[in-house]
This record gives sequence, structure tokens and C-alpha cells, in this order.
Amino acid sequence: MVIRILVRRNFYCDSVALMTLSRSLAALAGVEDAAAVMSTQMNQTLLKQAGLLTVDNAGEEIGGPNDLLVLVRAESEEAADTALQVAESGLQARRSNQTDTQAQQRPVSLEQAVQRQPSLNLACISVPGAYAAIQARQALLAGLHVFLFSDNVSLEQEIALKTLAAERGLLMMGPDCGTAIINGVGLGFANVVPRGPIGIVSASGTGLQQVSCLIAEYGLGISQALGTGGRDLSQTVGGRAMLAGLDLLQRDPHTNVIVLLSKPPAPEIARRVIASAAQIAKPTVIAFLGATPGDSEAQPSAHLHFASTLSDAARMAVQLAGGQAPRPGDALPDDARRAIQNARDALKPGQRHVRGIFSGGTLCDEAMALLSASLGPIYSNIPLRPEWRLADARTSREHTAIDFGSDEFTVGRPHPMIDADLRLRRLAQEAQDPTTAVILLDIVLGYGSHADPSSEFAPAIERARAAAAEDGRSIACVVSLCGTEQDPQGLAYQRSLFSQVGALVFTENALAARVAAEIVNKRIGTQGE
Amino acid sequence: MAEPNLFSSELQVVNVGLDLFAETLAAQGLEPMRVAWQPPAEGMGLELWQTLAEARIEAANERAVQRMLAARPILVDVRPASEVLPGMSRQTILHAGPPITWERMCGPLRGAIIGALLYEELAHTEQEALALIERGEIAFSPCHHHQAVGPMAGVISASMPVYVLEDQVHGTNAFSTLNEGLGKVLRYGANDQEVLDRLRWMRDVLGPALSRAIRAAGGLDVKQHTAQALQMGDECHNRNRAASSILIRTLAPFLVETSQSPQETASVLRFMGENQHFYLNISMACCKASADAAAAEPFSSLVTTMARNGSDFGIRVSGLGERWYTGPAQQVRGLYFTGFNEADANPDIGDSTISETVGIGAFVMAAAPAIAQFVGGAPADAARYTLEMYDITLAEDSSMAIPALDFRGAPAGIDLRKVVLLNRPPIINTGIAHRLPGIGQIGAGIVEPPMTCFTQALADLAAVIQQPPSAGEAGR
Repeated sequence: MVIRILVRRNFYCDSVALMTLSRSLAALAGVEDAAAVMSTQMNQTLLKQAGLLTVDNAGEEIGGPNDLLVLVRAESEEAADTALQVAESGLQARRSNQTDTQAQQRPVSLEQAVQRQPSLNLACISVPGAYAAIQARQALLAGLHVFLFSDNVSLEQEIALKTLAAERGLLMMGPDCGTAIINGVGLGFANVVPRGPIGIVSASGTGLQQVSCLIAEYGLGISQALGTGGRDLSQTVGGRAMLAGLDLLQRDPHTNVIVLLSKPPAPEIARRVIASAAQIAKPTVIAFLGATPGDSEAQPSAHLHFASTLSDAARMAVQLAGGQAPRPGDALPDDARRAIQNARDALKPGQRHVRGIFSGGTLCDEAMALLSASLGPIYSNIPLRPEWRLADARTSREHTAIDFGSDEFTVGRPHPMIDADLRLRRLAQEAQDPTTAVILLDIVLGYGSHADPSSEFAPAIERARAAAAEDGRSIACVVSLCGTEQDPQGLAYQRSLFSQVGALVFTENALAARVAAEIVNKRIGTQGE
Repeated sequence: MAEPNLFSSELQVVNVGLDLFAETLAAQGLEPMRVAWQPPAEGMGLELWQTLAEARIEAANERAVQRMLAARPILVDVRPASEVLPGMSRQTILHAGPPITWERMCGPLRGAIIGALLYEELAHTEQEALALIERGEIAFSPCHHHQAVGPMAGVISASMPVYVLEDQVHGTNAFSTLNEGLGKVLRYGANDQEVLDRLRWMRDVLGPALSRAIRAAGGLDVKQHTAQALQMGDECHNRNRAASSILIRTLAPFLVETSQSPQETASVLRFMGENQHFYLNISMACCKASADAAAAEPFSSLVTTMARNGSDFGIRVSGLGERWYTGPAQQVRGLYFTGFNEADANPDIGDSTISETVGIGAFVMAAAPAIAQFVGGAPADAARYTLEMYDITLAEDSSMAIPALDFRGAPAGIDLRKVVLLNRPPIINTGIAHRLPGIGQIGAGIVEPPMTCFTQALADLAAVIQQPPSAGEAGR
């Protein structure tokens, strides 16, 4: 076994590009493992854990956060050398591609971009968090609206950016804004949905994706969908972006119905947003997940409607906008009830736990809320209650749901909606646990996401189920599939591949969670609805 | 409240960061402008950036760079250093780069200093020279502190002839030594009899001959001269073939007219003709005059000096006065002459980086495609280096047109802020000196300054900006 190391000074590549390179190196003949990463402290630690950075080579110059580090573990010197050559030429191609001829040379800064094209009106920013505020501020000062995907921006900076945006009459979406749809164009992770009468302001990325997809499924469309970033409704940020977005949608002639989405907001801020919403004449659906009704209905008003799940929010909005949608709170559909019964029948004694493996934080939250309503404690890295926090997110306990999109899993690697690797490994791990009855997965389609998630997850589900079958167990896999037929991955195609391997597929995350709960819930019969 | 007009206007997006999101937009039929973003150099956070976005800096930079471009240095004479250089005594030895003590000097610099002491007959043996130095009887000082520049070791002693340039626009002078040619020469640390004999010939014959000819010619507009050479494939740092030829063509009639003997004039013309870099020192003095014109502008982030002494790389900044910001001199990446390799190389040395400081040399590599071989690439690579320098400079010097870039003006006036924000150090073309004294040039290539010079200077500039205006002496 040979380990080889290559350091390129001052050579930045984004995590997606590096993932692609790492994959292509690892796939070379004779290569056992490979990694191309920025040489941050965190990445160095991860490489040591992976056994790629050993005591032997840790003594060598391995660079710093602005340096690119390539590590290859191979069977032979030749294979390692070849891999490093492939890495070199891949990086070289990338660099010269960026700065080739005069005509095609890209601007190197936002400032230059604006000089070249003064008509620019929106900046999509996803640089590492430490530098994101500089970019966002530059954009606002240049008069651009901002979609800021980056996280790890301080609260102080977030407030300063949102204040500056308000002064300049500009939209400040984010930091940590995963998705938005402006004038029919998806930004960040976004699904292809038709335009229509419903406007959304959301502090949750996957929440926005779920609601916009379901609105499309129920036959209507989106006027505008604005993201605010996950912390907007905290006490400190004070809902600045949501209030600005609400105002915009109120004045937008193409928006007839407004949906406001958030994970549990600070109560005072929730009241402030609700009070603002009560002032406007358009019907407004408010889904502040996890908020108690008391908080939500502090200021009831005839045109305010409160939803407790994302799918309820979508259904209410569609009905308010004059469309047709299944009524909220309906009993489980027949096919779901049959599926639950079949899955239950196949369980062996001892198989009693639900294991959730999520890429979307809000989808995980919503699922946990529904699961815990009938199952009690759901252990997690983003627990509903502090006492349900897992000591180690790498190991499940009883009913567990993990958000793989949270920081501890995304430092130095792409979001799990792009890079399936960690969730695939977890899937196999959960299937080995004899107490696992149900594996609950979300699969989020749309621009930006994995190009074909079923190509990785369906075989993994098949393998997991086969491994359990050898042990005499049958594991139910429930997939919460968020997407539309127009998405690049194709909803029907993805659904069919998951169905072929025996997974139960639902486009409503709440329904998927309820089905998962029902399968293991011994107390209530399926007729209980 | 936010501007609703966005909803009624066509979306025009600039993408900074993950290319994935640019692809996403392109797939929706909306090709965004893609920024080739790189992280800034260490230490550049939001607070620093906000400080440096100050209008005072912008205005100061405009004034400083305009003065730099407006400079019109004329070569008017050749005189002994002791006659014209400020603060020069018989015991003074000037050297390239930032200040440095004897203990820390590299081999070539030490060799050159010993050579200069022998040449000045302050010592008659190397041992005597070392004893003088150890007794502290010799004052070392950077050329840059005396309105002068010198290539490689850059050693100037009292009786050496120096070019005298006058910037009539700003009423200032700049000086540099005469180029000794290639091979075993003082500026690479050689100090044997052959080297000393040549220096004395330069003092006694070459200097006076050039002085007479230059005065007879009524002076020489050096910038115009450099501009012509740029049209002929020089970048006037690592390549001076065309410039040296034009110089000989221009001065030859005056050398003959003012000749004291045909043999002597022939020896002068032969010496000039055998040295492809004869023009370099004149060009450097011209750059020095231009850079000095831009100095001492309070709050300006314009870099006015880049220089190396073989141990340290140092810069000075217009708004930060005379202070040097230094980091370790780097190894040059390049091609080695037959028989030499990296192990033989001295770290980066010399004042010749004054070329890049005002926007020629590597900054106009696009004009000198033949140089591309030193950077191990094609002419397109040379063009790319020039294009990248526009990103970190404040102006385009229209008097230095680059044919290959549609006669675009040279990227001129390095903005410290852009260097740090883009984490893009200025690129430099340079010769490679052997680390042992006296062997000479062993290759040529490109080098980048250590980033710490720039990050430290920037932090200081931010501190100056944050001082209350009453503090006054911001430009100290």
C-alpha cells in the first residue's frame, strides 16, 4: 500500500468540484481511496480519521486552508503516480478553463462583474461563510438583490446585511438560504414548478421545496418564492427578511395567496409576523412548524390560516387560491393503509424502531414531530427536545432521525442532497440493526441536487433489504420524494425505481412520516384515522 | 422595504461561488455572469474590507497613480555616485532591497560588498574587507533610500558611475548603476581582478563617454524609449534586447562626435553591443522616478516599492510612508542554464522589481512572447499573466501599449487592497543568481512576493484609516 500526497498552494476549488475529482481518482484502477480537499484543520482531521493522512505523512508540508491537498492510497507506486497525474491535469484543466482567452476570461470579483454588466440585478453567492459577508455587502452596495446560500455567517453580519438591504430597497435572502424562485427562475436548490397565484416566504429551504412541489402536484403554481435564511425568525434577527418579503408579496399583483413557512420561530417574532400578516388583505397561510397553536393564533384574523404540516400548508394555499386539493386531515389513503399492513405483517418480533436518514432539515423536523406524536422520544442530532439529543450522531438509538444537512456533516464536503455517500453508508448501517423496522429517507429532486438519486439509493435499498433478509428480517423503506415531473431527475422515473426495489414512496413528507410511524405503532390500528 | 421592481424586470444574475448554481441557472436558460472567485489572503475579513472601501483611499489612489503615470524621466548624464546620490559617503555601501544587516546577507550580496570595498581600495584583501565590516566602519543602506536602484546585489559605492535621470514634471531625480554584462560580475557577487578591472574601466572610460554622449544628445526620454521596445518584443526587465539596440543606435553618433579616441569609442560600443541587458539599469531608474512620484500620498494603497536583498522581499506603500513590509525572499521558478538546477539558486534578489512596481516587466509579458519559455509556457501564457495583473492594478498606462492586446495600456500601479482581496500577488520576471558569490546568472523565470508583505501593510493601512482625522500624520 502506498500513500501519496500533493499540495497546490493558493489553489481554491469549491467542494462540489473537489468531490467530483475525489470520485474520479478513487475510481482509478489500483486506487483504494482518494481525497481532494482544501487543507483546512477540519479536513485534515477527517483525513486522519479516514486513515489517508497518517502519522508518517502528517509530518510533511500539508498546507493550510488556502491550499489544495490531494491524497491517494493505492496498491502500487504506479497506481498512485497515475492518480496524482490525473489529479494534476484535472486541476490544470480547471485553472486554464477559468482564465483562458481574453474574450472568455471571467471576472475575478463582483466589482468587476458589475463593471462589465451594469444591468446585473441579483447576486447568487455561495462562497465559504468566512468570506460570504464581504461578497453580499459588495453586492448590496452595487445595488444588487442577494441570494446568499453560504452559512457560517455571524448573526451580527446577518443583521447588518439585512439592515443595509432594507435601506437600499433590496432583497436579502439568506445567509443560509437554500432555495428561492424569482420570476420563475429557481435559485440554489429549486424545483421546476409552474408559475401561478401563490407566493411563498420561507425560512426553510426544504420546506419551501416541499410546499412548492405539492402546490404544483395539486395543479397550481408559484408567483414568487422568497427565502430568508434559517435564522430569520430568531429573536435577534427579528424576521427582517420575512417581513420584507411579506410586504413585497402583498404589493405583487400576481400573488393572490401568501404562504409563510418557518421552523419554530421565536414567539415574539412569530407574533410580529402574524400581526403584519393580519394587516394585509390577501389570504395568508402560516406554517410555523412546531409552534404551539397558542403562539400561532395569537392574532386570529379572517384571512389568516394556520397549518401544522407542510402538506397542509400546500393544500390550504391551493384551496384558498381556488384550486383543487385533498382536504387536510383526511384519513390515510387506501394504498398507504395496505402498505402499512403488509409491512407490519412482515416484521419480526424485536423489529420496532424507525430510523430517519434526512438531507432536509425541515423535512427531518416535520417527520420527527409527527413520529413523536405517536411514538414518543425521537433521538436526533437536531432533537425536538434537548433530552432527545444523541450522544453521538453516528450511532442510532431507539427511534432516531438524523439531519445529514446539519453542519457537523457538511464541513468540507458537499450537501447530502448532492453527495449521497454518508447517507448510503448510514442506510446500510441501520439495516444491520435487528431492531430496525423502518428506514425513512427523504429524496429531494430539482436543480442543484444529485442528478439521479435513485441510481445510488435504489440499489442501496435493495442491498440493505437483501442483507436483512439473509438474517430473516424484512425492513420497510419509506421514501419521502420531493420533486416534480419537470425536474431534471423526473419525479415518475425516480418513483418507479424506488418502487421497483420495494420502497414505499410518498410525495408528502408528512404522509411518509405517518406511514413510518404506523408501521411500528402497535397501539393504534390503521382504522384509527 | 424591498424594491418590487425585481418582479417585473428580467433577472440578470451574477454567480459567486459554487459553479453548480451557475449551471442550474444556465439549465433554465438564464446564463449568469460567473465570477472566478478565489478566497482572499489570510486576514481579510469583513471589517477590514469595509475599512478599505473608504472613499479617501480611492481619491488618494487616483492622485498617486496619476502622478506615477505623469512622470517623464529624462536620462541627462552619468556621474560618480558620490557626486549626485544624497547621503553618500566613501564608507557607504548601498545594496538592493530592504535594509539588512551583514549577518543576514546572502552569498552574492556579501561577495559584491567585498568587491566594492576592494574596488574603492578601502581594503586590499578580502580579510581586510571583512575586518572593516566587523569593526562597523562601513554603513550599509538600501539603494531605495538614496533615490537609486540596482539590479541583483545592487551594490553602489562612492566612485561608481551612475545614470542620472530627471523627472522634470515632479522635479526629482533617480539613479542607477551601469550594467556590467553577464557572467562573472559584481552584481552576482563576483569580486576577482577581472571584475574589479571592468568596474574601473567603467568608471574611467565608459561612464565619461556615456556622460559626454548623453549630454551631447540633449538627454534621452526613457519612457518613450521603453515604449518603443515594448513594440519590439521586450518587456524591459528580463528581455532588453530591443531596448539596448535602440539605445546604441541613438547614442552611437554622439559617442563618435564626443570621442577622445577611436579605440576607446570602439570599446564602449563593443561593450554595449555585447550586453543584451545594457538598457535594464536605465529602465529601472526611470521606473524608480515614476514610483517615487507616487510616494507619500496619505491613505493611498498604491505599492511604490518592491525590492529584494536575497534574504527578504520588501514592499513600501504610498500611504504608509518609508516603512518596509518584508517577508522571506522566494525561490524563482524558471529555466536553468545547462549545468545548474534549483539547488544552486539564491533566493530572489535585486531592485529590478521596480519594473513590475510601475507596470512593465512581467506585467507586460504579453508584449514579450519570447519570454514565455522562461515561464515554461506558450505565448498565450505570457498574455494571461498580463491580463491577470489588470485585476490588481489601478490604471492602464496608455504610453506603454501592448501590441498583442490590441495596444491596451500596461497594467500600472499595484493596489495593495486588490492583491489581498483577490489573494493574487504581483508576478515578477527575474534572473536567477547562483547562491555562491561570483558564479553569476544561472537561469531566469518568474517569482511571486510573499503574501505576508501585503497582508501586514494592509492591516497597517486600515489602522491609519481608522485613526481620527486629527491624528494628522497618517502618511508618516
